[in-house]
Amino acid sequence: MTAAAPAAFDTAPPRRRTGLLRRSMGHSGLVLGGMTLVAIVAIALAAPLIAPHDPYNQDLAHRLIPPVWQAKGSWEHALGTDKLGRDYLSRLIFGTRISLLIGTLTVLISGTIGTVIGVCAGYFGGKVDAVLSYVVTTRLALPVVLVALASAALVGSSLEGVIVVLGLLLWDRFAVVTRSATMQVARSDYVAAAQAVGCSTLRILVSEILPNILNALIVVATLEMAHAILLEAALSFLGLGVQPPLPSWGLMISEGKQYMFFSPWVIAIPAAALVLLVLAINLVGDGLRDVTAPENRG
Amino acid sequence: MLSFTSQRLLVALSVALTVSIVAFMLLHLSGDLATAIAGPESTAAQVDQIRHQFGLDRPLSVQYLDWLWHALHFDFGNSFYFRDSVTSLVASRIPVTMTLGAISLALALVIAIPLGVLAAVYSGTIVDRLALGFCVLGQAVPAFCLGLGLIIVFAVQLRWLPVSGTASWKNYILPSIALGWYAVPAVMRLSRNGMLEVLSSDYIRTARAKGLRPSVVILKHALRNAIIPVVALAAVQFGFMLGGSIVIEAVFNMQGLGYLAWEAIARNDFPVVQAVVLILATIYVALTFIADVANAFLDPRIRLA
Amino acid sequence: MALLEVDNLRVNFALSDGMLHAVRGVSFSLERGETLAIVGESGSGKSMTSLALMNLLPKRATRRADRLVFDGIDLTAAPEARMRSLRGNRMAMIFQEPMTSLNPSYTIGNQLAEALRTHRAVSAAAARDRAVHLLDKVGIPSAAQRLNQYPHQLSGGLRQRVMIAMALMCGPDLIIADEPTTALDVTIQAQILHLLADLKNEFGMAMILISHDLGVVARVADKVAVMYAGEVVESAASRPLFKAPRHPYTRGLLNCIPVPGRTAPGAPLGAIPGQAPTLIGAQRGCAFRDRCAFAAAECEGDIPFVAVAPGHHARCIRLNALEAAA
Repeated sequence: MTAAAPAAFDTAPPRRRTGLLRRSMGHSGLVLGGMTLVAIVAIALAAPLIAPHDPYNQDLAHRLIPPVWQAKGSWEHALGTDKLGRDYLSRLIFGTRISLLIGTLTVLISGTIGTVIGVCAGYFGGKVDAVLSYVVTTRLALPVVLVALASAALVGSSLEGVIVVLGLLLWDRFAVVTRSATMQVARSDYVAAAQAVGCSTLRILVSEILPNILNALIVVATLEMAHAILLEAALSFLGLGVQPPLPSWGLMISEGKQYMFFSPWVIAIPAAALVLLVLAINLVGDGLRDVTAPENRG
Repeated sequence: MLSFTSQRLLVALSVALTVSIVAFMLLHLSGDLATAIAGPESTAAQVDQIRHQFGLDRPLSVQYLDWLWHALHFDFGNSFYFRDSVTSLVASRIPVTMTLGAISLALALVIAIPLGVLAAVYSGTIVDRLALGFCVLGQAVPAFCLGLGLIIVFAVQLRWLPVSGTASWKNYILPSIALGWYAVPAVMRLSRNGMLEVLSSDYIRTARAKGLRPSVVILKHALRNAIIPVVALAAVQFGFMLGGSIVIEAVFNMQGLGYLAWEAIARNDFPVVQAVVLILATIYVALTFIADVANAFLDPRIRLA
Repeated sequence: MALLEVDNLRVNFALSDGMLHAVRGVSFSLERGETLAIVGESGSGKSMTSLALMNLLPKRATRRADRLVFDGIDLTAAPEARMRSLRGNRMAMIFQEPMTSLNPSYTIGNQLAEALRTHRAVSAAAARDRAVHLLDKVGIPSAAQRLNQYPHQLSGGLRQRVMIAMALMCGPDLIIADEPTTALDVTIQAQILHLLADLKNEFGMAMILISHDLGVVARVADKVAVMYAGEVVESAASRPLFKAPRHPYTRGLLNCIPVPGRTAPGAPLGAIPGQAPTLIGAQRGCAFRDRCAFAAAECEGDIPFVAVAPGHHARCIRLNALEAAA
């Protein structure tokens, strides 16, 4: 029989940090999503090297060739060509760059805005919180897709325009999550200690609060990245996002729409790429959330 | 309950007002509207003339108040492109969007709530994993892709349903699936988590100790409490659907509010755009207000306070 | 034939660290109309024992027993549908937290009537009448009006009375009360215990009263079983146990209680040093030996459940040494 005093208290913090890597490896969703994401990023970075053709090169003699697995397909154009004879595989590969670029830059902008708002609301509380929460509520009331469309049209539809518009609109989830995370952290002892010692507010926010809400922040960032990519695809599909001839997947779908009845692969292929990328990002985001705070699962 | 309701109403009204200001400012400050209306080939003189004609040279606050005053009387001016009053345009398109939204929401709830309940009751088993997997997949497929896919499969290859338009009730089936798809993961997760939490509470243990059948425990005792936040979420999701219907209406060629807005944006018809943004935002604010009140009403502890 | 016979009841939980043996071979019997008190500290397994009787254990728990018979019905072999017909009907349970044990979204009347109509084919009106009758019996004023109230409109003491009334709706043979007064104010505690005693006398049902408080138990119990670390360490009729406790743990417990008139002001209260052992993994020997003043080498072996007098048993191998020291 076991002797002496039992280990009644769980030494939680050290176990969490050392077990984090091990738990990440064991989380199938995180591993799967992570590997897929890494592969897509690799493709994006190596695009000029691995794409068989120039994605902008039109070849009107070879329009709408089906992919290699269909009757008239060939390995010359493994995924076929679009209505202007451009190689689909190459456009798909270069499309990863656009999606990832939009995802990352949008999240950087919206993440900064949202985090500043959320942290201030959570840390200062009181009137500051009331005002900032009101701002968030107002932003939530705006129909995002519509406003994004309208702004994009007025700013000028382009890659930069889409990034700016989405970045300035999609910060609400960041604000909400960082606000509640900050409120939890702000009540802790080490923050009280820093305040007692006389640290400046800015210093407390940056060195005490920020590192401890990083977990929640990263999870929201991945999910918002997926959100931004999907929104860009929708905007481009509606003709008010990225403009041709850029190989945005949303744009490819819209360009292929008129042929979808006879050549469904024209929209199926970029759609599959979109789903794969967003799925990978979501799996990573969900996985990170499960691994860092299992009680929030589901 | 009464003071709660009136307090919420006040907040809702002020948010609606703020949104109207934001929507107005966004449009007027995103670019020069006079240039946009006049077109890229116009001369400076033509632009100035248009600026004066549409009162765009007045101070912004004056323009806003003028617009708001008319809006409160349901007068949103005239559309540049359609040569018709914005109000009648909107009135003719709104039924399509509302019908689409309502059917989509109903579909989403009918699928998501039972799925969430099952996932909670059988939590940890394959049923739970499948439900969560379905969620994860659902969040990765964009609505417009799903819409196009549904068209290809059901309208073109199987020929069961029409491709586009709003002729009959059959036209609403595929679009509703595509639009409602968006809300299923969120509602399912909330139902599941709510049920899980409720199922581990003391009064469920009491219900079991009384010898009640599992179906009674789950449906009468647990669901009644777990559903409360879901009602609020459903109202909010309805608001999102109304905003997001623009994409589905474009895919399925349905002449609803979203489609109107899309056409208007493409043609710089800003009175229409302003009106639609304001209307959608106001509906959303009204829905969140209703959600808050419903939330409070369903919980006897707040209702009878 | 006894109403309830429990022989070698075991409850295990499969945890990631290993197997938790929450209940390790508990045996007792209960006659009709008798009140058994199960006393022990937190973690002694007393609540798990009561849940095991009704088979309301959490999902990860497994229950085994050599014999678990209620009024001739073998509970270990009973299918779930049979158990459901017994629960709330022939055996009813009252829980510890009255504040959260009632569904906040339904009226008291609804929940009371449900307890009856699940097991009996009676009209809504008849159920209402019985509910009012029982609310009256448990001492709730304006019983008829209360039926339409929601749980949050009642105080903790009143809610617990409602729980008791709910348990009585079908006229059960056995009531299991798991720490019914722990979450209540001291003055209300006395009232509820009084109520339970009165009801027992009036309706003649058997009762298992679970508590960590010996004082609470003394007034109501016919016999007492003291539990420690998942086992019954001493069982006896109420008076003999309090007059002459034999197991060191029981003695330690009784020493902790100040007695007005006998305990001198300023005198130190007894305390049992150390902590209860963890019950994860294989267990051997006496669970109390690390905290016992009389422990010896032989305490590491198997400890028999010895009869020190008719109806009085203790799980100790050093009883003679104890007697000599006393």
